[in-house]
Amino acid sequence: MSGAFRTASGGRIDRTQPILFGFDGRAMTGFRGDTLASALLANGVHLVGRSFKYHRPRGIVAAGSEEPNALVTVDRGGGRLTPNLRATQLELRRDLKATSQNRFPSLDFDIGAVNNLFSPLFSAGFYYKTFMWPASFWKHVYEPLIRSAAGLGRAPTEPDPDRYLHRYAHCDVLVIGAGPAGLAAALAAAETGARVILCDEQSEPGGSLLAETEARIEGRPAAEWAAGVARALAGQDRVTVLPRTTAFGWFPDNLIGLAERVTDHQDRPDPRLPRERLWQVRAREVVIAAGAIERPLVFPGNDRPGVMLADAGRIYANRYGVRVGDRAVIATAGDSGYRAALALLGAGATIAAIADLREDPAGAAVEAARQAGIAIRPGTAIAGSRGGHRVTEASLRRIGGSDRVERLDCDVLLMSGGFTPAVHMFSQSRGRLRFDAALQAFLPGKSAARERSAGACNGRFDLEGCLDEGFTAGAAAAKAAGCGSPRTRRFARAGAVPAPGGFLGAVPGTGKGKAFVDFQNDVTAKDLQLATREGFRSIEHVKRYTTTGMATDQGKTSNMNALAIVAGALDRPIPEVGLTTFRMPYTPVTFGTIAGASRGMLFDPLRHTPIHDWASEHGAVFEDVGNWKRARYFPRSGEDMHQAVARECTAVRMAAGMFDASTLGKIEVVGPDAATFLERMYTNAWARLAPGRLRYGLMLNEAGFIMDDGVIARLAPDRFHVTTTTGGAPGVLNHMEDYLQTEFTDLKVWLTSITEQYAVIAVQGPRAREIIAPLVEGIDLSPAAMPHMSVQTGQICGVATRLFRVSFTGELGFEINVPADHGRAVWEAVLQAGAAYGIVPYGTEAMHVLRAEKGYIIVGQETDGTVTPADAGLDWAIGKAKKDFVGKRSLSRPDIVAPGRKQLVGLLTHSPQEVLEEGAQLVADPHAEIPMRMIGHVTSSYHSAALGRSIALALVADGRSLLGQTLYVPMPDRMIAVTLVAPVFYDQEGRRLDG
Amino acid sequence: MLLIPCPHCGARPENEFRNAGEAHIARPAEADDAAWADYLYMRTNPKGVFIERWRHIHGCGRFFNCVRHTVTDRIIATYKAGDPRPSLDVLRAWSEHAR
Amino acid sequence: MADPAAARVHPLAVLGAGSMPGAGATLRALPPACRISLRADPQVAAAIAAAIGLPLPEAMCRANVLGARAALRLGPDEWLLIGPEAAGESLARVAMAVPGPASVVDVSHRSTALEIAGPRAVAVLGAFCALDLDAAAFPVGMCTRTLLGKAEIVLWRSAAECFRIEVWRSFAPYVWNCLEEGRLEFFI
Ligand SMILES: [Zn+2]
Repeated sequence: MSGAFRTASGGRIDRTQPILFGFDGRAMTGFRGDTLASALLANGVHLVGRSFKYHRPRGIVAAGSEEPNALVTVDRGGGRLTPNLRATQLELRRDLKATSQNRFPSLDFDIGAVNNLFSPLFSAGFYYKTFMWPASFWKHVYEPLIRSAAGLGRAPTEPDPDRYLHRYAHCDVLVIGAGPAGLAAALAAAETGARVILCDEQSEPGGSLLAETEARIEGRPAAEWAAGVARALAGQDRVTVLPRTTAFGWFPDNLIGLAERVTDHQDRPDPRLPRERLWQVRAREVVIAAGAIERPLVFPGNDRPGVMLADAGRIYANRYGVRVGDRAVIATAGDSGYRAALALLGAGATIAAIADLREDPAGAAVEAARQAGIAIRPGTAIAGSRGGHRVTEASLRRIGGSDRVERLDCDVLLMSGGFTPAVHMFSQSRGRLRFDAALQAFLPGKSAARERSAGACNGRFDLEGCLDEGFTAGAAAAKAAGCGSPRTRRFARAGAVPAPGGFLGAVPGTGKGKAFVDFQNDVTAKDLQLATREGFRSIEHVKRYTTTGMATDQGKTSNMNALAIVAGALDRPIPEVGLTTFRMPYTPVTFGTIAGASRGMLFDPLRHTPIHDWASEHGAVFEDVGNWKRARYFPRSGEDMHQAVARECTAVRMAAGMFDASTLGKIEVVGPDAATFLERMYTNAWARLAPGRLRYGLMLNEAGFIMDDGVIARLAPDRFHVTTTTGGAPGVLNHMEDYLQTEFTDLKVWLTSITEQYAVIAVQGPRAREIIAPLVEGIDLSPAAMPHMSVQTGQICGVATRLFRVSFTGELGFEINVPADHGRAVWEAVLQAGAAYGIVPYGTEAMHVLRAEKGYIIVGQETDGTVTPADAGLDWAIGKAKKDFVGKRSLSRPDIVAPGRKQLVGLLTHSPQEVLEEGAQLVADPHAEIPMRMIGHVTSSYHSAALGRSIALALVADGRSLLGQTLYVPMPDRMIAVTLVAPVFYDQEGRRLDG
Repeated sequence: MLLIPCPHCGARPENEFRNAGEAHIARPAEADDAAWADYLYMRTNPKGVFIERWRHIHGCGRFFNCVRHTVTDRIIATYKAGDPRPSLDVLRAWSEHAR
Repeated sequence: MADPAAARVHPLAVLGAGSMPGAGATLRALPPACRISLRADPQVAAAIAAAIGLPLPEAMCRANVLGARAALRLGPDEWLLIGPEAAGESLARVAMAVPGPASVVDVSHRSTALEIAGPRAVAVLGAFCALDLDAAAFPVGMCTRTLLGKAEIVLWRSAAECFRIEVWRSFAPYVWNCLEEGRLEFFI
């Protein structure tokens, strides 16, 4: 019931648990323990996708993460759509629904396959050559065409409903890969008491041992031994074993990124589990035991469905109980083909022949095949294949012989070019690779990080060597991490030892037809040769020109063959041509894994003031200011923003308004040198400011440009309460700390952020004093005792307060600072006390209008990092007698004192109801040729209820000398005439400050 | 994410720190326009050993100096703000070591 | 209307009922406290410590506890003093009475405190905090400013399986929600 190609027994699948699944809408059955690939193969399905460029039919090639072809999309329902999953890694679960990719309308009949007929167009560099001319074609023809045809799979369009989580972890020894070398390394390290993390991309630890049928370790079958070791390790306190976890990236200082697939294999995952988890592991030492990847042979037609890697054929038979075909032809360059042949024979297949590139194959595996009666063709190359959606015939040719080929019927063609050590992670760690001539492979050379490689990724291919090298590496890593040494341990081992051997490049005699090197990117041997003929010499350039080894595959199966072909074409030795850089991720990582919990509510902290909830309950419309939510205006029913803001402004001018100013930055500056420090940090003079008084402070950066401003209260000779802009708060504190710690180190003064200690309620308007008077205790509010720009401490509503008399509206005003927990209660008390006077809450929009009417700047709106105090008309804030302050020296730089700088002015539109656009440019001559000379721009623009017309602030070149003149604001459909005026529109004498 | 040894707190992950540009640039008490412009804007930007300032902003809050190799990104040493700049010989030796 | 001095709003009030207890790690909001940011050179600080009868930790990133009061050394010249709210005023007064240059600032309302405790507390914190919280690397009594997700916190291991988190009040709901997200899987 679970497929005609399932063996009667054997494998690590659970035959008591059949699982129904769907592929391209077709229902099939597999077993628990299957991958999608093994289950499809058990059902006789090899064709699983179309290729990227030519839309050629493609089948399953591999049994692991190196699979280049079998990429599928899985829909788990409810927006849970994941493209580009490798069928070879996808564990079968109940109701798994997968679809093939790169095909339209169906896998069997694909319109894009016509690309195959036009393949000369798609040769190396086809993007660069084909889509060049004429220019107008790019936008309207080429780009839409490429965009619709290109890409692997399709991105999901719905929000991802799954949860993802990160985990930072630290260990003494991280072991990457849980094959024989990795398990031995973890055993050694764990024995010393080291903190160990062992990760492996497969569903269970064991690596190559999971497909082992003969070898025994320490008296037990290899797979059983692996399971036992993994269990024992996982049971230890200081060891973490992570299956389904891919080490995908190596970051500085031994920070390794691991992607754990937590729930995708489960039938009904608990929603409290994250779907995937990103581990960021800081490892003192790393043991890389990543194994090796079998190479395909490069021959014409090597991409037909049914053409597979030999070891994959063996793994499907031994681990999954699947016969990948009934009649196999095997083309090999080493022992792997023989081991596969024996495994397939055992699974019930017929072996038509083994074609071995070697002239005199020998050794245990060859002997065993001979004993089993398998026909062996030494010195024979695979010359080609035939078949439509499945291979039906393989042709063999004697190397160095005639052109005569032997044609053999088959339904599966297994190939092995030998094994390539998986040096990806070593290479990512910036270690230098060395070329091993005997193995014809790149191996880890000089280390750059604290790591060591062991086992097949280090060129050790025999089981005994892997175990010993792994154990030694694990022990050395633990020792290097300062954890002592384990007892020595020898792993008694019995069973066959495969001989290495391999072949790089296109097999001899490869002539016509497409011999693929990179299946995923559809790159052939001829493409690579063409690139070298066209002058490409660097392997990095060839890679980009042909796209070989790019994208999600990162050249796992293709790199070495590509390199050998290029080296051959250039007639240079392989190490001279070099290897392309391996980039992360080793296999694709989902955006969800990378984002982790940083979505929605947890994307960024959302900062609320102590009065936020009141505002929210009273219908405030909020705006984002940095991470803060600030109430922008408080519309009453039926009001739009314009009406609400006009009403709020009018109330402040006529009676009183209250405003939540809690987000203003606040810094308590304390110490005997506090005044001296402020003298140096602000342009103003502070030494003689009396305790109990406030002063406007202007902060420059060292280049002389306005950085921040705010009101500063002197509470005591050695204590100041500094306020900053909302957005500038962290930057101002950092700037102050910088100078305090590294320039003015002689000063005894300390800075403490008190932004969040206080809720700040601004009460502004002619009735402000009357409103708060009954609430205040211990403070004399009379104008004599508490004039404009003064501060007193006392109580309001029974709560300790720092009460400022200050105005950012031009009206009589107070700012009530109270400990934040009490903010809301005091706010409500003031509101209640002010009800009789017509007090209204107002938001940031009205605040902006009110201050603009008075010409008060907002740093970041009137300034942009290039505005000096003189530009902004703030010369008066500079302590002329001061010897030094940050930015002072720059104020006499030639550029700063030169004429022609933009200066702050007011604008009045000739038509009073016209509200200019902020950011609009100003020109002198409306009839000038385009491009016109722009001499200024609008920084703030509002409708002013108090004036019954629009007002604007602008920065204009030499603006103060142009007052009274008319300038123009060019808009797409018209010119707006404006008159330049002084930037104070309301109560120019400042009489209203006293109520 | 680098592991940065704060001279006060020990090795901490990079996200607790903020870079603050080249170190040992003295603020001149007196400077002509050219010298002042140099102080404001000119930095060495070397390929190799570089001394820069970091602040352990989400830790102890201290600014400190850090010797880093700009090619390998390896941090060679850190020391407190105000401590003297390492000698050329020392830097040369560190440079060899970190390459 | 209630007396404003009595009507207080806890920074985490917006979250309502609070956290579901769980076997892996329990999360709770701690009551208001008196918090003093003490800044001084170590010699002056030591004198202050003697005067207020709360010995200051001499090592960086360590906390001293005396009864209900604690002193956390967060920087070379920075200590955070935490005590019960009722004792707060006297603590501040005593500290301010000490001669020598120093900065004593009331930051009681700047922060709020959470506690995460239980066998999985380290794992929950590890979902958002990049520090090594192994008992050897972050022993009981260690405290430091650090990041939890994108929020700055003070993390203090007050017992083997118990961490106190001090966080600026506007970041508290974010930190709370992060920890709740991290706890979720340990309910299984
Ligand atoms: Zn530090």
